[in-house]
Amino acid sequence: MKMPQVEASLWQLIARAGDLRDRFLWSAEDGIAFGHLAGRSILDTDLELLAGSAVLVATTRQLTAALAAIELDGVARRLVLCPPDLSAEHIAAIVAAADIDALVTDEASATVLTGCARTVRCNPKLAAAAQTRINRHRTEWVLVTSGTTGLPKLVVHTLSSLTAPIRPGRVISLGRPVWSTFYDIRRYGGLQVFLRAALGAGSLVLSSPSESTEDFLYRAGDRGVTHISGTPSHWRGALMSSAANRIAPNYVRLSGEIADQAILDDLRSCYPGAAIGHAFASTEAGVAFEVDDGLAGFPAALIGRSGAEVDMKIEADALHIRSGRTAICYLGDAIAPLRDRDGFVDTADIVHRRDERYYFAGRRDGVINVGGLKVHPEEVEAVINRHPAVRMSLVKHRKNRFTGAVVVADVVVRADRGWPADQTGVLQSEILEACRQSLPRHKVPATIRFVSSLNLGTAGKLARLGA
Amino acid sequence: MSIRSTILSQFVQVSREQNKSLASLSDSTLLLDSGLDSLCFAIIVARLDDCLGVDPFETATDDKFPLTFGDFVKFYEDAAS
Repeated sequence: MKMPQVEASLWQLIARAGDLRDRFLWSAEDGIAFGHLAGRSILDTDLELLAGSAVLVATTRQLTAALAAIELDGVARRLVLCPPDLSAEHIAAIVAAADIDALVTDEASATVLTGCARTVRCNPKLAAAAQTRINRHRTEWVLVTSGTTGLPKLVVHTLSSLTAPIRPGRVISLGRPVWSTFYDIRRYGGLQVFLRAALGAGSLVLSSPSESTEDFLYRAGDRGVTHISGTPSHWRGALMSSAANRIAPNYVRLSGEIADQAILDDLRSCYPGAAIGHAFASTEAGVAFEVDDGLAGFPAALIGRSGAEVDMKIEADALHIRSGRTAICYLGDAIAPLRDRDGFVDTADIVHRRDERYYFAGRRDGVINVGGLKVHPEEVEAVINRHPAVRMSLVKHRKNRFTGAVVVADVVVRADRGWPADQTGVLQSEILEACRQSLPRHKVPATIRFVSSLNLGTAGKLARLGA
Repeated sequence: MSIRSTILSQFVQVSREQNKSLASLSDSTLLLDSGLDSLCFAIIVARLDDCLGVDPFETATDDKFPLTFGDFVKFYEDAAS
């Protein structure tokens, strides 16, 4: 029977990207050479049994998930990458919504999943592959997002939509790039970095949940990381650590949260030799654009360009995106369409124009209502973070009988600026004065509390109530 | 610092920050005549919550709301006791 034409599989793209020798995937514990994957398998004879199936890859280790994804693309009908820390209840819901046939895991005693006909345990040691890999399916790649409430959303991509933003030579690279990321590669931001390393003839240093930021930076530095990516919050954490100078990257990338001018300037100061870029990307919208001029926000000229690869428009202050990089749809019932009738994804990210540039104000659903007036927490944080003694801040709402709510801020002070503990009142006054200079009065925090750290969510973003 | 003096210092501080002309406060001064608006009171209540660890407005019914500065001080003294 003649097989339908399918696009190149991930493995084929990796093999085409260049010499597989001296290219590695490194975890905290071990590493594997891409070249070692040729003719070998962690799924062994089970791979053939998974052909045409909907497969949930729920592994403890990122490295195993990466190897499973490489093997399953082009073989499985659907590949769902399960991020870490999902509850059993959510996993069961994903199995049902994604019509999962088989579970691929590296756990010896994997949770018994109802409705999942087959469980395949990966062989931690690569074995000789039983047969040549045959590329038969245009595999759906399904990513799981952390929803604001209730069940996570299942976002359907293809290898084509995931790799569309990746162009050779887009970033400065001398020799073979060694990528790394603070993200888990089973989330969109991390998966982008994995694919950039794999398709760009590079290596990848994976993060580890059991490792401190310092230990990760030491390890990344030892591996000679050249390209490294994380959220602004990841980077603020890195700059707070004593190991920020253990890496000397050529390229520093920020995405997943608003990159304010303070973090861009701090990274420029810490890594003077690096190109520093911030990207706008989300699981649903894909990578929309990258900004590399060292400034917060993005040029207004990016909006409404005719014939551009990424078509962007602004409606009711929210950024809408249409491109071949966006996801296809959501899986499951009772979810609004991912794209509108014209193919645009509503990002729910609010932007405001000042002169020839747009600046991100915050999330539409993150607005604080102070006496009927809107406040985006992120725009207040951007002002607070400009104070030279501030490393990072979290602005949130506090209920109040007079105005419904007021804005309050938690602030982390830069340790290297040595602000005396008995002088925090002065610092508080300075920050409030800076806010009053830049913001309308309803946006100025009513109170400022100094804290030693701020919590990050599983995706490396500042943990916001209800976000 | 007593509850009264803590409250008074917040009235003075917030009126300065918000460029409001604060009336000379006595126990009989109506809050509506204090020179402060609702955002000022919202800020004062939030800061007193941090200083005194209590926000009596959170649970009070509207008919118990203080009308004068003296009522306001007693409102906090009662909540703190």
